[in-house]
Amino acid sequence: MSKLYNEPSPLEVKVVSKRFGLENSASIETYLATEGYLALKKAIGMTQEQIIDEVKASSLRGRGGAGFPTGMKWGFVPRQLDKPKYIVVNADESEPGTCKDRLLIEFDPHSLIEGILIGALAVGAEKGWVYIRGEYRYLIDIMDKAIAEAYARGFLGKNIAGSNLSFDLYTQTGAGAYECGEESALLESLEGKRGIPRIRPPFPAVSGAFQCPTILNNVETFCAVPPIIRDGGKAFADLGIPKAGGTRLVCIAGHVMKPGVYEVPLGFPMMKFINEVAGGLRPGRKLKAVIPGGSSCPILRGDECDLNMDYDSLAKAKSMLGSGGMVIMDDTTDMVKVALRIMRFYAHESCGWCIPCREGTTWLRKMLQRVTDGQGMTRDIDLIGDLAKNMLGRTFCPLGDAAALPTISIVEKFRDEFEAYVAKNPLAKNELVTVG
Amino acid sequence: MTFSPELEKRFADLLTHYPEGRQKAALIPMLMYGQDEVGSVSPELMAEVAKRLSIKVIEVEEVLGYYSMLHRKPMGKFHIQVCTNVACMLVGGTELYDHACKKLGLTHLETQKGGNFSLEEVECIGACSWAPAIQVNYDFHHHVTPEKLDTILAGCK
Repeated sequence: MSKLYNEPSPLEVKVVSKRFGLENSASIETYLATEGYLALKKAIGMTQEQIIDEVKASSLRGRGGAGFPTGMKWGFVPRQLDKPKYIVVNADESEPGTCKDRLLIEFDPHSLIEGILIGALAVGAEKGWVYIRGEYRYLIDIMDKAIAEAYARGFLGKNIAGSNLSFDLYTQTGAGAYECGEESALLESLEGKRGIPRIRPPFPAVSGAFQCPTILNNVETFCAVPPIIRDGGKAFADLGIPKAGGTRLVCIAGHVMKPGVYEVPLGFPMMKFINEVAGGLRPGRKLKAVIPGGSSCPILRGDECDLNMDYDSLAKAKSMLGSGGMVIMDDTTDMVKVALRIMRFYAHESCGWCIPCREGTTWLRKMLQRVTDGQGMTRDIDLIGDLAKNMLGRTFCPLGDAAALPTISIVEKFRDEFEAYVAKNPLAKNELVTVG
Repeated sequence: MTFSPELEKRFADLLTHYPEGRQKAALIPMLMYGQDEVGSVSPELMAEVAKRLSIKVIEVEEVLGYYSMLHRKPMGKFHIQVCTNVACMLVGGTELYDHACKKLGLTHLETQKGGNFSLEEVECIGACSWAPAIQVNYDFHHHVTPEKLDTILAGCK
């Protein structure tokens, strides 16, 4: 039995995680013995439109954070264009709170390869890269081994499984940059440059890796494709709710008894997930706040969490389902310190290309540090919120928004804690004085 | 500059991964794998990689200045990376980092004399559900307590 990181829960519905914990789960033998590469063989007999329609029917939405419908994204690739087409996998998992793609590659790399190959059939791609963050070196080794096995068995290379499909797949290492998880920055990094976002349009579907049409999806999105093709898009869609099909991996961390990565259907009730799947809070503690899907999402107060985990319900609560990285905070948590730590992260990771983000994150960090140090002024609290709001929508990529959104929500929802910090400063209410 | 046969093979393979004329794409992997063998992205390594990819050294500099895992100076033989991002922070990551600072007599991105240990306070390393987590070079350690950290450090020989 491969060593699992956490005990599975009986409430899980296992689709992409079904091989986690099997003996030698990463090997091609285990994969072939558990319905592996059957979907590929089925897809070889389908037309490109049929594959894309099946993915559309599954209502699969991107699992990396933005939640864009996958079938539609694939449909945007201009298949007639006389240029090579490529596939890029985003395995640069760095959103704080998220640790799911790591398990998919560690325990089931062949399902990723199969998903990529089906994508390649759908758009006529000839080459692909799995871009893995530099810290995950051991996963690069696992992926390289899986790729070598797939070549040896004829699932990569020329005339795959006796068909006309020829496809080459490689791993590419990152080198420590959160920004490279953003699709266009990832493509820049893949081309050997600084990870700086590109202006869109053109979107990667038209001009992506090496300026050729490219499908770029998250690891989990590709891993969901083989079950969709094998069992039909409808079967996958029916696991979830209308407009958000299937299951997804949710990573839960922070103040819960059984943190871990669990697979649940879209639309699973959040409180049930926290209390029953993740074992609830520590005894005697109360739920104070939840980051629902990675630190870029607006934070929810404990009393706002009585909702279902799907794209629309979270949007209604003015937050996001994001990348599935849930962080639970109980009543011992100092929200000002949380806001500061989140902003230190974004200030460190801002690539510096867009000024509102580069300067905004740095100034927010300084102001939050000042408040935390007991030197904040009363006016700082509003200023933090105002500055953050002025970053929204003013950057090439979503990092600016990702830094601003949690900050705005923490200041609005936990203002009393900021006021308590500011009250420690005897000069807090002083007006600005110009000397000279 | 000469590299081990394994690294030479890796470099040769890398150059075949990209479309014709776009071999600059091998730059970041070459610097990462090169750094693992050489110890840092030294001026010699930069010049060698630039020569092999037919690019200017300034293009290597551009990349080197951007990525946090590429270092100009060698880190310790054991590079201790403690995550203090929000998921780790909530369950003792900050205290763990403070403990590591005291224990090693180092702060962020410092290396001990003799070069055995270096320390870095890192951003999220993707181990949130098994926090607090550290990495020693590329090896993950989960659910780390100050006591467990002492044991890990004692085993770094």
